[in-house]
Amino acid sequence: MFEKTLADLSAALRKKEVSSLELTDMFLDRIDQNQNLNAFITVTAEQARAQAKNADAAIANGDAGPLTGIPIAHKDLFCTNGVRTSSGSRMLDKFISPYDATVVERLTASGCVMLGKTNMDEFAMGSSNETSWYGNVHNPWNKDCVPGGSSGGSAAAVAARLTPAATGTDTGGSIRQPASLTGITGFKPTYGRVSRYGMIAFASSLDQAGPMAKSAQDCAMLLQSMAGFDERDSTSIEHPVDDYCAGLSNNIKGKVIGIPKEYFGSELDSGVADCVHKAADVLKGLGCELREVSLPNQHLAVPVYYVVAPAECSSNLSRFDGVRFGHRCDDPADLEDLYKRSRAEGFGEEVKRRVMIGTYALSAGYYDAYYLKAQQIRHLISEDFNHAFESVDMILGPSSPSVAFTIGDKNDDPVAMYLNDLYTIAANLAGLPGISVPCGFVNGLPVGMQLLGKAFDESLLLNVAHHYQQNTDWHIQMPDGV
Amino acid sequence: MSLSPEDVNKIAHLARLQIDDDQVEHYAENLSNILELVNQMNNIDTTDVTPMAHPQHAVARLRDDKVTESDQREHFQAHAPAVENGLYLVPKVVE
Repeated sequence: MFEKTLADLSAALRKKEVSSLELTDMFLDRIDQNQNLNAFITVTAEQARAQAKNADAAIANGDAGPLTGIPIAHKDLFCTNGVRTSSGSRMLDKFISPYDATVVERLTASGCVMLGKTNMDEFAMGSSNETSWYGNVHNPWNKDCVPGGSSGGSAAAVAARLTPAATGTDTGGSIRQPASLTGITGFKPTYGRVSRYGMIAFASSLDQAGPMAKSAQDCAMLLQSMAGFDERDSTSIEHPVDDYCAGLSNNIKGKVIGIPKEYFGSELDSGVADCVHKAADVLKGLGCELREVSLPNQHLAVPVYYVVAPAECSSNLSRFDGVRFGHRCDDPADLEDLYKRSRAEGFGEEVKRRVMIGTYALSAGYYDAYYLKAQQIRHLISEDFNHAFESVDMILGPSSPSVAFTIGDKNDDPVAMYLNDLYTIAANLAGLPGISVPCGFVNGLPVGMQLLGKAFDESLLLNVAHHYQQNTDWHIQMPDGV
Repeated sequence: MSLSPEDVNKIAHLARLQIDDDQVEHYAENLSNILELVNQMNNIDTTDVTPMAHPQHAVARLRDDKVTESDQREHFQAHAPAVENGLYLVPKVVE
């Protein structure tokens, strides 16, 4: 039962083959049995059972939607009313959110049952889940390896089948890269497609929430509930929401897929490259046309990101001052001491690094050389995509330059860690949608391919990913020993 | 571009972060490495390129000037570290 897709679970619930309470208890048991993965920061068992009972009542009354009674987990940066929302930080270790994020509110209104809150890199800053105050998460495929990050807890929990699906957020690859490293499907929508209200902000012009699940079809079901305009998010965009589930079965024959030559350079592991090329051939066999394209400024995506994201993070994280919420140091000598020590004790090393880089980039005399320059090149990177999309419908490449690496391997070298997001960052800078889909294994560890689309072309990406998964079985592989 | 320990101390002060003296050298090295990565940007001419403000070129929405939020002061102050009579407490600022 725990291997079933959302569509199958939904059907089983409606046919009364299983109750939501039974499903909820089964997944709570699996979470309990797999605590060694460290995928969860908080498990909300009592609340989950109460929600499951409500869902069962709705199903009995014939008042159920497709997600009614489906257990899910939320990344611990979505605010959840009455439940700790830590963002993986000591700063918010005792923070009980006073309200729900829009994403949580919508999925709850759709009848989803919240199992708990998943582990993550601190304030979503990391690519390995090693920066979490709550300790690193283990990859279910090899417990000595990282699950990727920052949505590493959500990815590991779905991969180990501790939850049928989870929410994640993606600022520079934080849904797609961990999805790739754990063999699941992760979707980052267009910037502005899903409300950021109640998401603890990291980099406001890049952050976007999305679903993480076992298949593109499952992601479509979740995105249907998550997407849409929200007046409480000033960057939410009023754009009609497609019927993603209906779009899955559309014909993909004749769709043109661009393969950027810049995505297959010397940085890419050759085994990963083989898997991605084979995946492209599968899509060609299904009637898509492959065409080489160029994204000439792709190599500048990481440098630009490490100005824009830290600049925005240094501004966003200035709210953590030890006064209104969050950690406060003991016995402050004066107000400056209160600020400085509360922040020094509350933030981990990677967060401090990024706050300092951002502060420097925005400081007097350096703004033009760093922030303005980065926003100009960001424009060029976005134009590269616009140019490519004149001749192709979507772009295909690897999600990550390698498979999961060993815990501790890249801890001492921030720049080496940043290069894990080499292929994912550009989509955030340009605000485009992207999906990571399992497409093979190297040394027993999963490989993901990434499809990138035009703004608001979520439906086509899910459609093509779904056809790929109808013709391959990488996404239904499951790790042993969980 | 390499940052000196003095630079790190100045940045940490601007960011209101307490950095221990024995950590300054470590941060100077880390931050300098990151700036080296970032400085690849200098290899490209951006004369006359408009900086990107929003991925979807959206402009800020306006709303009617109406009160939409209810008073939840007690609810929101419940998790503040120190509150008295509805006010947030901080160390004495004015002598």
